[in-house]
Amino acid sequence: MAVLRLKFTKNERDKLAQVLWILNWISVLTGILLFSLGLFLKVEINKRGELMAERDIQYVPNMLIAVGLIACAINFLGGKICYDCVDTNKFLRWKLIMLPYIICTFFFTFCVLVGALMCYSMRGELEESLNLGLTEAIRFYKDTDTPGRCFLKRTVDMLQMEFHCCGNNGYKDWFQIQWISNRYLDMSQKEVVDRLRSNVEGKYLMSGVPFSCCNLNSPRPCIQQHVTNNSAHFNYEHQTEALNLWMRGCREALLEYYTHIMQSIGLTVLLTWLFELSVLTGVRYLQTSLENVLRQGDLNSESDGWLLENSFMETARTNLNIIKCLGKGNQIDTANNGDPNINVPSTSKAHYGPDNVPLKEIPEAS
Amino acid sequence: MPFMPVKFNLQKRVKLAQGLWMIYWLSVIVGILLFSLGIFFKIELRKRSEMMDNNESHLVPNLLILVGLLACGVNAFGGKVCHDSLDPIKFAKWKPMLKPFLLLCCGFNALLLLTALLCFLMQFAVYLTLAEGLKNSIKFYKDTDTPGRCFMKRTLDLTQIEFRCCGNNNFRDWFEVQWISNRYLDMSNDLVKDRVLSNVEGKYLMDSVPFSCCNPGSPRPCIQHHLTNNSAHYDYDHRIEELNIWTRGCREALFSYFSSMMTSIGTCVLLVFLSVDMAGLKYLTTALETMEDPENPECESDGWLLEKGVKETFGDLLAKLKTLGKTNQVVEGGDAPEAAN
Repeated sequence: MAVLRLKFTKNERDKLAQVLWILNWISVLTGILLFSLGLFLKVEINKRGELMAERDIQYVPNMLIAVGLIACAINFLGGKICYDCVDTNKFLRWKLIMLPYIICTFFFTFCVLVGALMCYSMRGELEESLNLGLTEAIRFYKDTDTPGRCFLKRTVDMLQMEFHCCGNNGYKDWFQIQWISNRYLDMSQKEVVDRLRSNVEGKYLMSGVPFSCCNLNSPRPCIQQHVTNNSAHFNYEHQTEALNLWMRGCREALLEYYTHIMQSIGLTVLLTWLFELSVLTGVRYLQTSLENVLRQGDLNSESDGWLLENSFMETARTNLNIIKCLGKGNQIDTANNGDPNINVPSTSKAHYGPDNVPLKEIPEAS
Repeated sequence: MPFMPVKFNLQKRVKLAQGLWMIYWLSVIVGILLFSLGIFFKIELRKRSEMMDNNESHLVPNLLILVGLLACGVNAFGGKVCHDSLDPIKFAKWKPMLKPFLLLCCGFNALLLLTALLCFLMQFAVYLTLAEGLKNSIKFYKDTDTPGRCFMKRTLDLTQIEFRCCGNNNFRDWFEVQWISNRYLDMSNDLVKDRVLSNVEGKYLMDSVPFSCCNPGSPRPCIQHHLTNNSAHYDYDHRIEELNIWTRGCREALFSYFSSMMTSIGTCVLLVFLSVDMAGLKYLTTALETMEDPENPECESDGWLLEKGVKETFGDLLAKLKTLGKTNQVVEGGDAPEAAN
């Protein structure tokens, strides 16, 4: 019992081949699209590489790039095959390759699906990476004279201005670290020395934030210093003031940005997967109908096309047997002490001569 | 003696028609490009219209949009004519319209030249509008409670951050205006009262700038207040400190942005100015008209740009203009012999 058997006339076969040729070329374009989406994601992640701790998140864009390139190649070959399928002579050229090609493409579509699912699963790793990375970045904000960290201040400032965020979880993160370098602190002043001595680690902590945390939408000029001290500013209450600084944390802002990108990419990859699967189904039907036509002999007649010749169970069983025999090909037969030169009489009955006649033993040569 | 005559056989005529058809359709695409450039420029002007007091002139983008649409129409018509030119029946339909069409093309090219010229000249107008507009923006920075100016602060902050500039000419423009609203000044404080009384207009002036003037590339945290007071900050000399706040003025920054945009648009319009398609069409039509034997497409024919020489054509044109003027005048002594007859 074939799976999803369909009849194809000669015209229908030709039309199917032509349509599949066009669809394969469209799939090449979607392969290029996948490749460029992977490249885009890689560039976006590397742009903010300074703010992310070392985590294994490069595998997602790399996978997308590889899948895109392989999709281009496979669909290019598929297009060539379908173009040749209209002419039966040319089809004979491809006859032997078609079945392996279909099997390879089938497994490849699994890779595409895995790529799509990975896009959605990256979020957890990304969040952890951002958390650690941003904590480090805020800690090293003041080290503009340390080689390798000179531009961290600029990166963090631009990030806070662009994404409208402040600190890791919120603006209070800035209160817990020293973000003004000692080079700009007047150690001879009593207030500075007092503040340095007021905590265990000797850090100059204050309830102030950098200018990049300032909210553009605030109707009053930005209050950066003494943020939690209501009496330091006229008509100011920090508990109710929501427009003065950016309230959102940068980790949340960046995570939302990247999640949005990856959801769109994941959706595109899923749609590409469905498209590839449908093209593959068409190619399978084309292959089986052309082989049946060749078997029948008459090139202009109708023929059947199917997905699988027998039902699922039988096909699975046959394939498992083939795999088992492949495995057994190297094993030696353990009868006769393993000597292959001894003639072992056949145990199956031959269908010539009367039954129940014992077979003569061939006398051994002396 | 025709001006610049060229001999055409069938092959050449066909090639000329095909080549012209391609050129005309490319010009349609260029027309669409001009149209979209006009729209882009209009959007940019609108985006920054608050910085220009909503006074900016939209002449150049409107002209670009018009020119783009006209280009599409004119060139599409030209393409259709070329496509039909090799079929004598279809071409006979278009024949009477060709002369006015060529005149229209002339006029359109003149319009293109005018647009390019305006692109270059209107930059001065933009400069002046920016100067005036930015001055007012800085003055109204603090009026976030006045309807119609609520978002001036936000727009100006965004502009200073985006274009990396501070103030109108430079950051000292902020020292001359009160940019903190009275709502946030504690009038009972002596320091505040002193400062307000210290100048004639009663403004709270100080040598500070808003946070949007801060340069993120500075190695030290931004110094916004007491900018000219070296002793207010440790290890600070305002005369040599260049990285602390943006030193460029916003007028210069915005002007260089708009000026580069207008220059490139003007250059693009100049490149579009094609006399090639006009000349080609003239050759094609004259070649088709002078075919000795209209039934035999293989015959040779002449094509030219002008039927007589340049001087003679101009002489004819002037004579025609003169007679146009004279048709309303009564010719003396001319009617009498006719009436006698």
